[in-house]
Amino acid sequence: MADAGMLRFHVPEPEVRPGGTPDFSNVTIPKAGSVPRPEIDVDPRAIRDMAFSIIRVLNRAGEAVGPWAGLLSDEELLQGLRHMMTLRTFDARMQMAQRQGKTSFYMQHLGEEAVSCAFRKALQPGDMNFPTYRQAGLLIADGYPMVSMMNQIYSNEADPLKGRQLPVMYSSKEHGFFSISGNLATQYIQAVGWAMASAISNDSRIAAAWIGDGSTAESDFHAALVFASTYKAPVVLNVVNNQWAISTFQGIARGGSGTFAARGLGFGIPSLRVDGNDYLAVHAVAKWAVERARRNLGPTLIEYVTYRVGAHSTSDDPSAYRPKAESDAWPLGDPVIRLKNHLIHKKVWSEDRHIQAEAEILETVIAAQKEAESHGTLHAGGKPSTRDMFEGVYAEMPPHLRRQRQQAGV
Amino acid sequence: MPRKTMIEAIRDALDVSMGRDNQVIVYGEDVGFFGGVFRATQGLQAKYGKSRCFDAPISESGIVGSAIGMAAYGLRPCVEVQFADYVYPAYDQIVSEAARLRYRSNGDFTCPIVVRMPTGGGIFGGQTHSQSPEALFTHVSGLKVIVPSNPHDAKGLLIAAIEDPDPVIFLEPKRLYNGPFDGHHDKPVTPWSKHELGEVADGHYTIPLGKAAIRRPGSAVTVLAYGTMVYVAQAAAEETGVDAEVIDLRTLLPLDLDAIVASVKKTGRCVVVHEATLTSGFGAELVSLVQENCFYHLEAPVARVAGWDTPYPHAQEWDYFPGPARVGRALIETVEA
Repeated sequence: MADAGMLRFHVPEPEVRPGGTPDFSNVTIPKAGSVPRPEIDVDPRAIRDMAFSIIRVLNRAGEAVGPWAGLLSDEELLQGLRHMMTLRTFDARMQMAQRQGKTSFYMQHLGEEAVSCAFRKALQPGDMNFPTYRQAGLLIADGYPMVSMMNQIYSNEADPLKGRQLPVMYSSKEHGFFSISGNLATQYIQAVGWAMASAISNDSRIAAAWIGDGSTAESDFHAALVFASTYKAPVVLNVVNNQWAISTFQGIARGGSGTFAARGLGFGIPSLRVDGNDYLAVHAVAKWAVERARRNLGPTLIEYVTYRVGAHSTSDDPSAYRPKAESDAWPLGDPVIRLKNHLIHKKVWSEDRHIQAEAEILETVIAAQKEAESHGTLHAGGKPSTRDMFEGVYAEMPPHLRRQRQQAGV
Repeated sequence: MPRKTMIEAIRDALDVSMGRDNQVIVYGEDVGFFGGVFRATQGLQAKYGKSRCFDAPISESGIVGSAIGMAAYGLRPCVEVQFADYVYPAYDQIVSEAARLRYRSNGDFTCPIVVRMPTGGGIFGGQTHSQSPEALFTHVSGLKVIVPSNPHDAKGLLIAAIEDPDPVIFLEPKRLYNGPFDGHHDKPVTPWSKHELGEVADGHYTIPLGKAAIRRPGSAVTVLAYGTMVYVAQAAAEETGVDAEVIDLRTLLPLDLDAIVASVKKTGRCVVVHEATLTSGFGAELVSLVQENCFYHLEAPVARVAGWDTPYPHAQEWDYFPGPARVGRALIETVEA
């Protein structure tokens, strides 16, 4: 037998580290409009290539082109722009509130606004999202009150979760937004279970599962794909690939797989890849997958190709692990600017109206913030009662908890 | 009244619950067509259809995680983990999700699931078919933990667990599936048909969670036990002549502290018995509670008889399993102390 030499251990590395010049030349970006739009009952084997391409609608000139274009009215697009701008402004204000010590923690969506805002509009009332901590656009786009979100972030006396949860871990059954957990990927299989329940109950509601690129490495991602595939569950399996899991570049989770969408192929799940910074593309692909689920055609996996422009959280400093200007070099641009340019191109929007809208939105967010702060912030003003700490562990408080509550003097 | 094995009683409980409430869904590995490796779900798929009782992929986190999603939807899944020894891949879902869903969402979402799993040793099951992991669950706020010891209780407790609005870990001592077992492995096992607790009423009944039962009234020492150890403790009392009061805890969380305190205050002595390993086992919690609540009534240190702090061995089964001889010695030492 020939001597094969010593084995060498392989650890993937991003192309560039701090101090280097951002380089996305390895990211192949297909032309807008170049990926076909199959029928929803397509044989999954016929669309395997779509797991390696990127569905895009908006081109560089701001035009909506190709078979995935034309699903939204001007009014809907203007509303979508407003949702994304609202989320961005909300983020900026809450980021600042954290720096001012009004809350302990915050996580922004900067650069990823299109993903959750556009997806939400493809759902119907009653459908259920199982989000991560970076899909607050689902709430904004569904009209969940910003004041309630802020009350949760401030853990104040009006916090709908009674101060029990870390900021941004929202919950709203009414708005189809499942309670967020700190434990990554757990909700992915729960979404599949919810969808199975809907099918068992001969309902018409569907579920949407959410996960980031890094968390696809968790075993619950695998469990979810197995169960979704086995039971043909009416679920849309969303993977938001923002290139980064805190400091870890997406290649660590992806390994030798060409794309995250390709993970779905081995499970026989139709898997698409979409430009996550293209509001129209996100919405069109989401609608396609939602329709498939609703017609009992089974699960769809969607990889949203985007970029995490902001820090991972208020506890993170990305300059320690990636070039500062990397987001500027991101080839898919900024979702807000791209939709804005499209609407200007369509002559239903203008720079002036955009500036005016920015001011209006800021005013609205500040008004909500003032109202929330009137109920207290983490260290000042009204707060949830100590008694609330003992409630809700069980439907009825068992004797040992009653004793502990008495010991706590409440 | 008809007599049933514990397996038949559990199947009966599932049947009754599925018949009464079409939101009750039963699934797990080999649970559907085949009826379970212990036959606990036999006939349910044929009777209720594949939407109500079905086979699952071999993925414990998938089984429990999907059940949590179903519960959030509004169903009442009663899922099976084939052996308690294999629950660990689902531990994250149980601890981080099922147990906390009501609390973290302030009741917006709830998790009325039951996770059934065969537990305990005494069957030459070796390391991964004999464990008693109850302490890993009693430490978790938001869970309820049940260990039945006979067919009558198994049915009533399981129906109560399925109807309970919170997540329940239901540990079934597989050594008791076909008959009571007192640790005398050299003697023939008597079937449940010869035992009064094998009497299982037809139809719907429940046994409230959080309530213990006195299996052997006594005055000299209180024995706190559950599962197979209830019979071991009873045998030890008869064989030593120590007039022990044997309490079958039935529910470990929430615990029937009142029943424990009343008994220990009467006897002044206490021995805690479980199959699980000693260190940080549930026995430590029981001893601590007895000490806190009965200190001025205690005539002797509270003793513990438990599995040794080793993985569960195969060949040394009866050196490991806390049988009537070991429990008997502890009874004598405690009453003579």
